[in-house]
Amino acid sequence: MAEPSKPVRPVRFRGGGFKPKPLGILGPIIFAAVIALWELGSRTGVIGALILPAPSEAWVAFEELVSSGMLWKHLSASLQRLVIGWSSGAFLGVIVGLSIGLFSFARAGLVPLVSAIFPIPKIALLPLFIIWFGIGEGAKVATILFGTFFPTVIATYGGVDNLDRNLVRMGQSFGLSWFSIVRKIILPGALPAILSGFRISAAVAIILLVAAEMIGAEFGVGAYILMAGSLMATDQLVAGVALLSCMGLTVAWLISRAEKFLLRWRS
Amino acid sequence: MELSIQSLGHHYGDLEILRDINLDVPAGQIVVIIGPSGCGKSTLLRLIGGLEQPTTGRVMQVGEPPEDSLNPLTYIFQDFALLPWRSVAGNISLALEDHGLGKAKTALIIDNVLARTKLMDFRDAFPHQLSGGMKQRVAIARALAVRPAVLLMDEPLSALDSQTHELLMDDLVELWLREKFTAVYVTHNLAEAVRIGHKVVVLSRRPGLVREVVDIDMAMEVRKARPGLMVEHQQHLWNLMRDEARAAELELVDG
Repeated sequence: MAEPSKPVRPVRFRGGGFKPKPLGILGPIIFAAVIALWELGSRTGVIGALILPAPSEAWVAFEELVSSGMLWKHLSASLQRLVIGWSSGAFLGVIVGLSIGLFSFARAGLVPLVSAIFPIPKIALLPLFIIWFGIGEGAKVATILFGTFFPTVIATYGGVDNLDRNLVRMGQSFGLSWFSIVRKIILPGALPAILSGFRISAAVAIILLVAAEMIGAEFGVGAYILMAGSLMATDQLVAGVALLSCMGLTVAWLISRAEKFLLRWRS
Repeated sequence: MELSIQSLGHHYGDLEILRDINLDVPAGQIVVIIGPSGCGKSTLLRLIGGLEQPTTGRVMQVGEPPEDSLNPLTYIFQDFALLPWRSVAGNISLALEDHGLGKAKTALIIDNVLARTKLMDFRDAFPHQLSGGMKQRVAIARALAVRPAVLLMDEPLSALDSQTHELLMDDLVELWLREKFTAVYVTHNLAEAVRIGHKVVVLSRRPGLVREVVDIDMAMEVRKARPGLMVEHQQHLWNLMRDEARAAELELVDG
């Protein structure tokens, strides 16, 4: 034991940290605080009405949108494009990503192509899409499809590449068919990566939605925002942008639910 | 069914891994393969089970596997190789699903192997909820479910802590006494080798060739009670391996 003459002190704690904990209520509080500050700024005149409309004004614009019955028209048009474009882009992306993960030919042939086309802003291709698919729904859906396809491909083959090879070997050692190995081992093993790819591709899809609705769209949240912008109706613009944001939140929430359900085997 | 390994040799590119391996695996016996790390013992096991193709030589099946054997050559892996997204029962079911046995028969087999490995209470647990020893028990149950003619065990106890290691070793001995299965058992642990092997094959360092085959005649049920004789065997094996192990230690891993 320590002699009285020697100093005695507790060992300094050096661990902890580096592990963010969920603080459920903090997010909504920050959200509310920002809106409250913004409202306060507008009311007191610190934020000029021309620069940025108050949240309450945007709310009024939103209520008008609801009462006129236009909300549903815009929303349904946008959601339809989003659902068709995203789901077909994601579906094709998973198929192509799996092929790249499984076949040498697909990998050698398609990876350079994917790397070359992925960084091109799909908005830049919009005129071409219009020529190819017409000015109607075709070009809009195609833009979203192309935008979601590439991140899904990359996420999927990344997921296949990261799969524990020994699990595949185990499948072979039990005489599982090729199709069984893909369906029961490779696909579920790549699922976490595919789902986080979906998160990214869904956000990309919403971004591209507005771009796609710039051209020849009568209805749609993007069309509504653009119309508001060209009329300098900033209250409507803010209401529309908030609507997009809500769509993003909803999609993120849906994917979280899907992850919780499909990946419940994770610790 | 027996296995006969005939002048087996294997290369990875220019690197010679195994050279001229000749070995018989008689029915009802456990053949243990030991050797210094990197001597190609796991490669040999993969060649035996047809997961890799040998550069030269061949592995022959002598006699037909029993009628009811679904997967005559069945592996047990060091890292268990359980699917984390399937429950214990689901992991066992994976090995049965491709055989078209029907739901009732599959469930019957699963219940049977779970009972034999004392895993009944863990039927619906997921692998991440299980300890290492339990995971390996599940892998053993999965292997038993397909009624193998020969079990190919790749360091099955090496990933376990020493207490669990002991418990599972006792279980394996008990299992052999009950079912007299045929197995090729790869390990680097000499105590394991003399405990469970009927025949211990000592491989040299790379390129691996058979240095000596040591027969251990003592009946398996009395081995634990006679540690003195076991230590003698173990010492003999260690004498054979020591220089090889030391030389292997000094080699660069990538050759």
